[in-house]
Amino acid sequence: MITFDNVTKKLGGKMILDGVSFEVPKGETFVVVGLSGAGKSVTLKHMIHLLVPDRGTVRIGDDVISQARGPELERMRSRFGVLFQGAALLQWLDVFENVALPLRENTKMTEEEIEKTVLEKLTLLNMAESAEKFPSDLSGGMQKRVGLARAIVMSPEIILYDEPTSGLDPVTSRLIDGLIENLRKELGVTSVVVTHDLHSALSIGTRIMMIDGGKIVENAVPEEFIRSENETVKLFLESQYITRRGAWEKGMEGHG
Amino acid sequence: MSYMGLPLRSFRRLGRIILLACHGMGHALIILGSATLFIRTIWRPRARHETVAQLYITGIKSLGVISVVAVFTGMILALQTGLELRRYGQEEFIGSAVSISIIREMGPFMTGLIIAASVGSAIAAQLGTMAVSEEIAALEVMSINPNRFLVMPRLVALAIMLPVLTVYTNILGILGGGIVGATQLGVSFQAYLDNATRFAENKDLFVGLFKAFVFGIIIATVACYQGLSATEGAVGVGRATRQTVITSFLMILIVGYMITRLFYI
Ligand SMILES: Nc1ncnc2c1ncn2[C@@H]1O[C@H](COP(=O)(O)OP(=O)(O)O)[C@@H](O)[C@H]1O
Ligand SMILES: [Mg+2]
Repeated sequence: MITFDNVTKKLGGKMILDGVSFEVPKGETFVVVGLSGAGKSVTLKHMIHLLVPDRGTVRIGDDVISQARGPELERMRSRFGVLFQGAALLQWLDVFENVALPLRENTKMTEEEIEKTVLEKLTLLNMAESAEKFPSDLSGGMQKRVGLARAIVMSPEIILYDEPTSGLDPVTSRLIDGLIENLRKELGVTSVVVTHDLHSALSIGTRIMMIDGGKIVENAVPEEFIRSENETVKLFLESQYITRRGAWEKGMEGHG
Repeated sequence: MSYMGLPLRSFRRLGRIILLACHGMGHALIILGSATLFIRTIWRPRARHETVAQLYITGIKSLGVISVVAVFTGMILALQTGLELRRYGQEEFIGSAVSISIIREMGPFMTGLIIAASVGSAIAAQLGTMAVSEEIAALEVMSINPNRFLVMPRLVALAIMLPVLTVYTNILGILGGGIVGATQLGVSFQAYLDNATRFAENKDLFVGLFKAFVFGIIIATVACYQGLSATEGAVGVGRATRQTVITSFLMILIVGYMITRLFYI
């Protein structure tokens, strides 16, 4: 579905991605982990042409999005919903209007249809009561949920989540995990999730990839990921008190 | 280091600065062109709403400062030229002296500077904040063109509001001159106004308003360009705001001069 082919990217004189190749299979939840500043957000941005590789290509299905422009790029981007790391809500629109924005701009829906769709998504994220609040009146976690509602409101086939659960309490985090799982199981949505939260990675991920020093240090199904021999991965697992067996068992609980 | 190293390096640096400036100018012109093409979408409800909001913000926000500056500009001009004219016993001509310099030059110029400093900087700060918090990126991903959604309403609002505010500045400025004429120079208000309207031509007014129109486009383009290309968090937003004011001031001075030359020489 999404293919990185030897993608290299330098930013601010620093090599962020150094010949990275991987594939996100269709209908899977692909989790990207790594330390802060490892290049996770940069990787996500390449998928939607917010950054373009210095070398290499990014493809969505058969479309080379890294070289697309104009209407062709718009068509490719319309397959995506994106939750940005900072939610990226428009500050002068209230919650309802933020979520309604893509519908108003890109569809011919009537006012009733828009209202119904928006409230449905907000309810899904427990945010319906805040529909008339402005982003500045919400906590970071609540903004994230509104951002997520906006990301899914057009029913995209691919959703990118940049740290969807950071800044959220554990209960709400599991709610978001459940939502991502449901989107995959019921609608066959392909998801790419950037997260620090290994528990959530292990419970929703169908594949986990770790980036470090501009390279992919591990890319495996969860069972294999926690048994990785790579030192960086081991350190990362241990830092979250996940042992080779315990973690996976804990992760399985999430699947219920 | 070789003995040629230093001059070569500074040449290179100069070259890079010029290249960057050209690149920036090109980018700004692309934004302007794109936003101009999007004016055809202005009748859509949201665009119309946003344009009206921007008109309101531009018109109302600086009215207080503009009023004060306009009146004092007229008063200063009247005093300055009036004292000079009195030496030759020609005080009654301050009407035309004040009105012509206000209508042709000072009205659009003062309005432009104030709007650049107040509205232009606010636009740069707002769009800059949006850029560094990825709101612009989010719009692009949702196939909402920032040039249509954000730049076009601001461009239209400034291009309309600058001439309108300039008319206001002109009126207050001329009145300010009249007050000084009546109180300090012994020129009756009636005589002042007669003289002002006798010598000021329509051409002066139109050239002044044309200038204001161009200043509006300059301020909107510079502010939106600086805002949209802001990077690196709050520091970047501050830089965009400062650059907007400096660049707008310089361009208003230079372009104002060129327009005067174009029409009067
Ligand atoms: N636009 C940019 N310009 C310069 N450097 C950048 C830019 N975007 C990201 N970086 C740098 O790239 C590195 C990776 O950033 P990012 O992908 O945001 O990290 P994370 O893995 O925490 O999401 C960081 O060191 C960051 O400073
Ligand atoms: Mg990040």
